Amino acid sequence: MRYRPGQRVQVAARLHEGHQRTPGYVKGKIGTIERVHESFTNPETRAYGADGLPQQPLYLIGFAQRDVWPDYPGHSDDRIYADVFEHWLEEAE
Amino acid sequence: MHDRGGWPTDAPIDRSEHELADWELLMDALVGALGRRRLMNVDELRRGIESMPAGEYERASYYERWLYSVETVLGEKGVLAAGELEGRLAR
Amino acid sequence: MNDHDHSHAPIINGDEPTAAARVRALQELLVEKGLIGRDDVRQRIDWLVSRSPADGARLVARAWVDPEFKERLLADARAAALELGLDPGPSPVVVALENTPTVHHMVVCTLCSCYPKALLGPPPDWYKSLPYRSRAVADPRGVLSEFGVELEDDVELRVVDSTADIRYVVIPRRPAGSAAMSEEELAALVTRDSMIGVAQSSAPAPVVS
Repeated sequence: MRYRPGQRVQVAARLHEGHQRTPGYVKGKIGTIERVHESFTNPETRAYGADGLPQQPLYLIGFAQRDVWPDYPGHSDDRIYADVFEHWLEEAE
Repeated sequence: MHDRGGWPTDAPIDRSEHELADWELLMDALVGALGRRRLMNVDELRRGIESMPAGEYERASYYERWLYSVETVLGEKGVLAAGELEGRLAR
Repeated sequence: MNDHDHSHAPIINGDEPTAAARVRALQELLVEKGLIGRDDVRQRIDWLVSRSPADGARLVARAWVDPEFKERLLADARAAALELGLDPGPSPVVVALENTPTVHHMVVCTLCSCYPKALLGPPPDWYKSLPYRSRAVADPRGVLSEFGVELEDDVELRVVDSTADIRYVVIPRRPAGSAAMSEEELAALVTRDSMIGVAQSSAPAPVVS
């Protein structure tokens, strides 16, 4: 596990051909590790009949809504969370 | 098309609910059975759904999407031959 | 076990979508090819129809009355469900999200429709709908208003997008006026929608003196 709870990370902004589970609205955004889950098979390869190994660490990442949506209509301290695989994350500056 | 978070929409959320029809329960159960027999996994199911052409994806009901996906993936694997399902329907 | 069911040709029923006959034909083909068993299918259907929000409500009610259970629930909801003899479902990880006086949680699956159906029963149609999937993340307070929920000014709203195999269940706040209620009575106040996060738990019925 590369990251710890509370650490700031950035979700990669890359395009991906084929099945992947990183929603577009978090790509390129900076958030914080909220939870460190266990590792899971990689859906990106398992979706094409492969075994999904090696397993990849999965994290719950929290973002400030105002960092995700330019015109977020809610409260300034509202947050949004998504489960993101480690290979989609980089340490944030 | 399937990546809907923040997709612009003014559509209100229709809160009406329907009890699952027998064929929908059956569809769900078939995917479960295929999973247990290791013939198809949930990631393949999702990928198959995502491969639907955009208009079809939006028009299809939830379990119609599952059906599309299962036919696609099982067709790829040669488990279902082209036209085999049609052949059975025509009987 | 011998299967004496007759294989009926699928009956095309004009009231059903064409998918219905197709699904039945698919079942017949898969069974005939020996790829799945009818028992597999029957067991899965039995399991699906056995699922309801009552199981999730039991988790919540126990957490309301037993603070140590609540801590275990928040640490590992899957283990806590097993502790109560409940089926937590196939997901290896289930996480309980506690609503507090200053934090309200709401769950969505923007990419498809992931949902803790072992504990809550099948998801409502609106949860799987395109408008919910798109608006729950971008305008959650608007969605809550549509559901009749107005959060107090100092409440932080946290939306959780179930993008992987983790399943999330919201622990709604215990309603005021419920202090004297039994665990069973409390469970009856916990609605499916409150465990998704688009409702608060129900208020206790007023006591007529």
